[in-house]
Amino acid sequence: MKHAAAGTALAAILLFLSGLAAVAQDASEKEIERYRAMISDPLSNPGYLAVDRGEVLWAQKRGTKNVSLETCDLGLGAGKLEGAFAQMPRFFADASKVMDLEQRLLWCMQNVQGLDTKDVVMRRFSGPGRASDMEDLVAYIANKSLGMKIDVPLKHPKEQEMAAIGEELFYRRGGVMDFSCATCHAEDGKRIRLQGLPNLSKPGKLPQETMGSWPTYRVSQGALRTMQHRLWDCFRQQRWPVPEYASDSITALTVFLNKQAMGGEINVPSIKR
Amino acid sequence: MTNVSKLAVLPILIGAIAFSANASAQTARKPADPALVDAYVKSTFGKAPPEWQARIEPDETLKVCNAHRNEVPSAEVDKIIKRELAKVAYPADGKLLGDWKEGKKVANNGRGGQFSDPEGTVAGGNCYACHQLDLAEVSFGTLGPSLTNYGKDRKFDPEEAKNAYTKIYNSQAVVPCSNMPRFGTNKVLTEQQIKDLVALLFDPESPVNK
Repeated sequence: MKHAAAGTALAAILLFLSGLAAVAQDASEKEIERYRAMISDPLSNPGYLAVDRGEVLWAQKRGTKNVSLETCDLGLGAGKLEGAFAQMPRFFADASKVMDLEQRLLWCMQNVQGLDTKDVVMRRFSGPGRASDMEDLVAYIANKSLGMKIDVPLKHPKEQEMAAIGEELFYRRGGVMDFSCATCHAEDGKRIRLQGLPNLSKPGKLPQETMGSWPTYRVSQGALRTMQHRLWDCFRQQRWPVPEYASDSITALTVFLNKQAMGGEINVPSIKR
Repeated sequence: MTNVSKLAVLPILIGAIAFSANASAQTARKPADPALVDAYVKSTFGKAPPEWQARIEPDETLKVCNAHRNEVPSAEVDKIIKRELAKVAYPADGKLLGDWKEGKKVANNGRGGQFSDPEGTVAGGNCYACHQLDLAEVSFGTLGPSLTNYGKDRKFDPEEAKNAYTKIYNSQAVVPCSNMPRFGTNKVLTEQQIKDLVALLFDPESPVNK
């Protein structure tokens, strides 16, 4: 009897310990959720500082043509910003290319403003003492789709190609660790260490919440980050080579992910750890 | 007593449920044009150093895994196991157990292999990203199964230790298209590091078995 009691106690302890990580996870996630709610209103989310800076940049005259970006067509007509981000990436006939917001902004800087984008690309990701025009512009423009639903166009053959290649890339394994996006994001309820991983392999709530919350203000980085940065960081952790900024595989993955996230509400800039 | 035996059965039941859930039906897909995929990959990674680009060139095994999204058809299983087993190098002196204390460090180290790592960074196995091992470490991932009591549960059988060495060295020599990296074959970890990990799993003194 004594042994049985000790055994039961031991089993209870073991069960408690195995539950501990899950409890820690729940507690920290709740805390993060509370923190997010506290600072996600426009008055206290630092991401809105980027929105304000982006608004100034959008109207600023630059480049050899000394004009603003206000005639840049993001897909819904020259200068129309409301809802444009919700329907990107998309095919642009004038460039004969499917572009995400960042590719399109670079195209407009070059073609509308006559701006040499070398410096803008160099500052694509902000750092201490280095502002990023791209992050600020994306924050401003994406915020103009606040409360709208993700509605990425998939009618044009090039848009369909992007979605198909994006899906292929999602499952393509490589690098010294043989990792693909799917290694971490194709099963429900999994986590790395204590970090929960959204399953992005099936359309629905998880891809909707994920894609509807980028761009985001990353508290740990003290910066507004875009999907370009998120995927750059994924490839870094996948042990893949450095992906070229605003290049086609990144856009293809974004099209695929937005396809999975179709109908998800856009709530940006959001705030994340 | 009955409570204890019920608890002992629980993990087996959970394992069986997880296994049956895994065996989902394969869906027929039209594969994308490989030349087109290559063009996309080139546009994004084409400026990386050649040795980095070589790393994302899928080998024979990964080509099969990619085509079937890791749900390998039975006809390919033996071929992959044979091919990958040939890429496993066992220690010349036959000793598979290193130092579990060193293994503990390797299991906890998640550095190495990233483009942001400084040159000469010592890579770790990052085992806790996906596995539970030492119960004292509560920050563990769940992509892989729990490895707690790994050696103890296998009665410290030397044959099982060899299987563990093989699995760490090249997971696909054991489970084709396993999500786990091929640490030895892909030169992420050294032979010594792998031996230290085997010790972490199989040394009776290791916290994994306590």
